[in-house]
Amino acid sequence: MNDFIYFFSLQDPNIRYVVIGVILLTASSSIVGTFAFLRKKSLVGDAVAHSVLPGVCLAFIISGTKNPLWLIIGAFLTGWLSLVLIDYITKNSKIKEDAAIGLNLSVFFGFGMLLLTYIQHAGNASQSGLDHFLFGKAAALVGDDLLVFGAVAILLLGLTILFFKEFTLISFDIHFAQTIGVPIKFLQLVMTTLTVLAVVIGIQAVGVVLMAAILITPAAAARFWTENIKVMMVLGSVFGAISGMAGAYISYLAPAMPTGPWIVVSISSIALFSFFFSPSRGILSRLLKQMKIKKRMSEENILKALYHMGEKDKDFYKQRSVASILEKRGFQIPELKQGLRRLKRQGFCSSEHSLWKLTPEGKNKGQRTVKLHRLWEVYLTKYVKIAADHVHEDAETIEHFLTPELEQRLEKLLDYPTTDPHQSTIPYA
Amino acid sequence: MVSDAISHSVLPGIVIAFLISGSRDSLVMLIGAGLLGLITTFIIEFLHQKGRLQADASIGVTFTWLFAIGVILLSYFAGDVDLDQDCVLNGEIALLPLDLWYTEGGTNMGPKTIYVSGGITLLVVLVIYFNYKELLVTTFDSGYAASIGISIALWHYVIMGLVSLTTVASFESVGAILVVAFIIAPPATAYLLTEKFKTMLLLTCALGILISISGYYVAVWLDGSIAGAMSSMSGVFFAMAFARYRWTKKRIT
Repeated sequence: MNDFIYFFSLQDPNIRYVVIGVILLTASSSIVGTFAFLRKKSLVGDAVAHSVLPGVCLAFIISGTKNPLWLIIGAFLTGWLSLVLIDYITKNSKIKEDAAIGLNLSVFFGFGMLLLTYIQHAGNASQSGLDHFLFGKAAALVGDDLLVFGAVAILLLGLTILFFKEFTLISFDIHFAQTIGVPIKFLQLVMTTLTVLAVVIGIQAVGVVLMAAILITPAAAARFWTENIKVMMVLGSVFGAISGMAGAYISYLAPAMPTGPWIVVSISSIALFSFFFSPSRGILSRLLKQMKIKKRMSEENILKALYHMGEKDKDFYKQRSVASILEKRGFQIPELKQGLRRLKRQGFCSSEHSLWKLTPEGKNKGQRTVKLHRLWEVYLTKYVKIAADHVHEDAETIEHFLTPELEQRLEKLLDYPTTDPHQSTIPYA
Repeated sequence: MVSDAISHSVLPGIVIAFLISGSRDSLVMLIGAGLLGLITTFIIEFLHQKGRLQADASIGVTFTWLFAIGVILLSYFAGDVDLDQDCVLNGEIALLPLDLWYTEGGTNMGPKTIYVSGGITLLVVLVIYFNYKELLVTTFDSGYAASIGISIALWHYVIMGLVSLTTVASFESVGAILVVAFIIAPPATAYLLTEKFKTMLLLTCALGILISISGYYVAVWLDGSIAGAMSSMSGVFFAMAFARYRWTKKRIT
């Protein structure tokens, strides 16, 4: 606990540098990442991260110093070149985008490795530390780094706010943007530049491989909680910042632990949690919803079958055996039995000696489903001009989903028809 | 891109296999890594299908996550493990001749990796040879394949299994990222040069060999990383093929 307080009170300047640096980084790259994610260009971050290496090495060879400004310029140039090349290759040949990304990524990185080993073997003493660009050095951030991070973060944020409307437009509907005359080429260039900038800075903290995660994973996680792009951005950067702090804290407690990977594991945990448990889009809630709908559909189908049988015998309240219901409609036996029991609990059915019969409420409900089914068949034959022998399947599904409002509109539109295309009477309550 | 994802996410598999077996025996590592490779493709598919996460993001999230776990495992057991990020990422082909395989009698049988890679190559060639038609159909027209009763899912996992095996086997020599160069660059180059599938397969192999040999000499000349030089060469070959492709296309139009 003391460790916890000491860490988060930020008394220690080293901790302060690391925490603030990491937060600036993760938060600003997840804002840029939001657009990359929405444009379905998640892997671009990975490509840039790898392509930065030859730039760093070339800058070092040319300038002969490890001045961060030179290295960042070099990194920026090759990262940018690689993105432009990916675009060029995909547009001008039959090579698909993912192959172009993989190709550029590995060739640039390979070339970078070649240069790096060449530098190392050439015996220049000041070269050590260049490999920070490979694996990151989040735990060793110092004041100067913070200045650079801060400046870049402000730049990224400022440009994003400035071009927010345009970026949103080209992320969602680039063709529309083109037709109304938005300069998409220019904006894409700005966006690419921002991505490269975020990567070049971030890579020094978390390393080549994990940079893609800092860019994309927060946005992917945030997407599961909201439909609003502004909320998504804020949420993404909050997720990013939280995992940045978590990573820094863990490596503070256990100094052998690398900060970068822990940041990524934290953000991935948040993302996985979101994928499974988000109330609107999560896997679990969707499964639950599907199960509920399935249950409701089979209940309505049972009532409908009972109603059909009653229609035939002109007695809706006759007792029926499970076998006779099965004869009417091919249910799975457990599905039917469980459905009947649920219907009994809800008061739509009653049972005696394992014989089942409809209650008045059950009859009404079955009748409504049958009515919707037949109304829909009329609608399809009359307005969509589908042959009468092809409309049943569609009506079988839609009968479970028509709302009372739609029901009224259908009735009015069709002017209360009395029979469906198969000459069955449409029952009105 | 899936090969990129696999090449990174096999790391935890390698580390775990090492921790369990306690040895750097290639076979154990190959199994561990191969399993993780399959798990990776499975997670990617799962997030994409069930989680409705777009494909590119599901690849990106999965492999960074697994790789991060791998690095953490590595640093946690750093004391006990004779492995490091550097060697996993970059590999070092020049050291291969040192890792020799001795029979029980003590006879020198040459470098181990040659046998592992050779075995994998043989396996890949055999699988392709015997299932050529199925692979061809599922690759080009999966809808048709499904309609004549070929399981798309099965062949998808067969191919992914082969990709992860090859990736893992090449790992030791060229490292994670440069495996990707070898998996993507030669086919992409061949794809620009021919329209025929069989020619493309043969051309790919030829290119692979050409890239390796020329890359090796570049590396010796510059005294640099062999794997790095090879993937740079693959870029050069691709650029040449691309230039030819653009040139012939322009002449036609």
